[in-house]
This record gives sequence, structure tokens and C-alpha cells, in this order.
Amino acid sequence: MFKIVKYILADILKSRVILAYTIFLATISTSLYLLDSNPDKSTISLVNINLIIIPLMSIIFTTIHYYNSYEFIELLVAQPISRNRIVMSEYVAVTLSLLIAFMAGVGIPIILFNMNTAGWSVIYSGLMITIIFSSLAFLCSVLTRDKTRGIGAALLVWLFFSIIYDGLILFILFSFNDYPIEPLIMVITHLNPVDLARIFMLIRLDVSAMMGYTGALYLEYFGATTGMFLSSIVMVLWAVIPVTIGVKVFRNKDL
Amino acid sequence: MISIGQLCKRYGKLPVLNNISLELNAGSCISLIGPNASGKTTLLKIILGIVRPDSGTIGVAGTNALEGYRYRENIGYMPQIAKYPDNMRVGQVINLLKSLRPSGIGYDEELYTTFRINEISNKPLRSLSGGTRQKVSACLAFMFKAPILILDEPTAGLDPLSAELLKAKIKKEAGADKLIIVTSHILSDLEDISTHIVYLHEGKILFHETISEILKRTRTTSLSLAVAEIMRNSSHV
Repeated sequence: MFKIVKYILADILKSRVILAYTIFLATISTSLYLLDSNPDKSTISLVNINLIIIPLMSIIFTTIHYYNSYEFIELLVAQPISRNRIVMSEYVAVTLSLLIAFMAGVGIPIILFNMNTAGWSVIYSGLMITIIFSSLAFLCSVLTRDKTRGIGAALLVWLFFSIIYDGLILFILFSFNDYPIEPLIMVITHLNPVDLARIFMLIRLDVSAMMGYTGALYLEYFGATTGMFLSSIVMVLWAVIPVTIGVKVFRNKDL
Repeated sequence: MISIGQLCKRYGKLPVLNNISLELNAGSCISLIGPNASGKTTLLKIILGIVRPDSGTIGVAGTNALEGYRYRENIGYMPQIAKYPDNMRVGQVINLLKSLRPSGIGYDEELYTTFRINEISNKPLRSLSGGTRQKVSACLAFMFKAPILILDEPTAGLDPLSAELLKAKIKKEAGADKLIIVTSHILSDLEDISTHIVYLHEGKILFHETISEILKRTRTTSLSLAVAEIMRNSSHV
């Protein structure tokens, strides 16, 4: 498997898109640290990059890369190797390239300017968000044959988790606020990887103003230690489950 | 070498292959022809394991092709559209495929030399023209000395000289007791190289004959005339 990963990864790392993404992230994070004398504040600003730009880039790039490699994947499927191996290589290579870009663009500046537990929590959730959205993108593209529809579905997934979901939670809160819905809200929070990543970072950063309702409730419900542990585990599930389904679908798919 | 039994495939409601049974033997070059959308590429893709059939059986070199993937060691494949990752170099693609296939029997580098692939092996694939990419695909299909070769429109996009070189190679391999399956719309090309014709029409095999049988039956002198005759008749039916 590593042979295919090696070749695909080398190909992606030479592409201008990944290079531009890395430079973009590096410019933003370095300037955030240089502009503010208090590095903790800059780390807090980086939270928003983790929550908006990284999921968007991961999901779009993975989807487009899959469709652009379609003929090549077809050629690989005609070789004497198993489909699992091909499809996992494709996924691992794309995700690795995005992780490398993230580490170079955001990880290294954090390590240089503000290496503490808060910094690590931002790095961890950025890495997890990359893996999760790449995994979701992969599932979307395996499920849809048409390129435009696949990219549309991927964008919709991003929009749903980043923006629509919060609206839905607010709606539920207002409609059922006479009932004890806290347990329900806790379940719903785990169903959104972006919210989980946000809570995971903010528990360490200790900024109550940015916690929001779900974050505050989360902290009250589970406490800091259990909360961090639980949210990090659920994020791992979010990374593993979509790609596993994707591989299953791909195994019996007509290309 | 390849035996296909009662193969059926639908895309949604549209039947593409309808109960196809076929027996293909080594030492022959089969031309798969038929109008657009008659199921040629789908049939090839099913043999290659790229598309899964709804029902039916396929045996390749004695093994069941619907389970496992090792049987594909016997097949060299040249796709209709060659598209490779943009920044990969020609040499890298060749090395990648070499690393994925068994190397025990050595490599057939005849096309690699005749098409002078070594001169472009440092170029990224994105910079190559369609025809040059087609040459790389052809070279890859023959490289692994596979006893079965599946070539989907091999001469499309090639210049006349390269097309002739490729045809000569196909002829040579068919003489070396291999099974070659070719699809093309350029019938004069096929007439030179093939021994048998399989004609697909709306997912069914209309006939499977040698070229001389067809010429005799249609009382024509060339394959293109014969096939035109058959297509005209079958559209009247």
C-alpha cells in the first residue's frame, strides 16, 4: 500500500494548490502571532481558521482530487491488486498531503510562538478536522458518480456542519425550552465534528465568551478532563466511520 | 482463456449486456465491434473487474474472475482515455506499475524502445499530448508479458506511423499464442490484425466468426463493407 501512497503523495505535494494552501495558512498564522503581543490571543484567533478554512479546504480538495484521479484509479483497479488497497492509498495520500500543509502552515507557527497545552489542543483539533473532513469528502465522492454533484454534496456537508447545524440547535432550544433537553443537546453536539473541535479547543483555551451554549453545557456536563477526553475520542470516530463506509461502498462499485 | 457465461448487466433500468456467453481462446486476436453504446467497453470493464456484473460467470485463465484480484496478473490493459496524475512523470508511472505486478518473467520493453519512451521519461504526464499519453498506455499494456491483452481503441489519437508500429506489435503478440481483444471503430485497422470478429448489438452478441467467414457470408471484399452491410441489415430488423 505504501508504494501507491508514496507516488500519489509525491504527485500532490508538487501541485500548486497544496503549496498555495500552505503559504496561505502560514501567512495568516505567522502574522497573527507577530501582530499581537499576547500569543495566547493569537492562538484563540487561530481557532476560527481551524473551524472554517480547514474543513472547507479538506473537503473540497479531497473531492476534486478523487474525481481528477478517476481514470487513474480505474487503471489501478485493472491491475492485480485489491480494491481496498487502491482506495485506502488514495485516501491516505490525500489526507497526508493536507496534514503536511496544516502542520507547515499552522502547526509550526504555533510550536514556534506559543507552545503550551492550548497550542497543542489547537494543533490536535486541526489535524483531526482535516482527517474528518477528508474522510467525509471521500464518502461523498464514492457515493456520487457525477463530479459536479459530488462537489455539491461535499460543499453542502461543510455548510451543514459549519453553519446550518448551529441554527438547528438554536431552533431546538427555543422550541423546547420548557423541557429538560440538555441530554438531547449533548447527544446532538457529538453529531457535529466542527462543534466538537471547537469545544475541545476552548476547554483548554478557557475563553468562556466563545464557548457558546453547547460549549458551556458540555463543560458543565462532563467537566474539563472528561470533556476533552470524550470529545477527542468522538472525533476519532468521526474520522474512521465515513472512510470505512466509503471503502465498503467502493469495493462493490462500478467504475 | 476467457470464458463468459450468461453475463447480464444493467445500469439502472437500462440493460447494457443481455445474456452474453463467449469463449475466447489463446492465439487469436478478437475484434469487438458494434455501434456506439452497444456494450463493448462495459464488457471489457467487466472482464477487468472494473465493473461488477449483475449475474453470470467469467473465467480468466481457469480462475473465477468475480472473486479475488490475482487473475489480473494475466491481463495487460490499455484504456480508451489515458489520464494520469498531473505531476507524475512518465518514468514514475512505469515504476509504479512495475512495483504492483509480479516481475518474475521480466519485462517486454519493445514498445518502450520503439516509441522512445525513455526520451520522455522525465516529463510530467500533464505536459504530454493525447497521442503521446496513448503511447505510454500501450507501452504499459504490453510491458508485463501478460498472456491476455485488452486494448480499448488502441490506435485512436496515434499518428499513422505509431499506429502501424502498434499494429505490428499486436500482430506479433497474437502470433505468440496470446489472446488479444481489441475494440475500435476503424475497421480497416482491425482487418489487418484480427482473426475473429465479435459483433455486439444492443447488449447481445450478433455473431462471433472469423473474418473469412464474414466475407464469405456477406459476399463482400473488405471488412468495412461487410460490417456496413450487416449494420444496415440489423437496423432494418
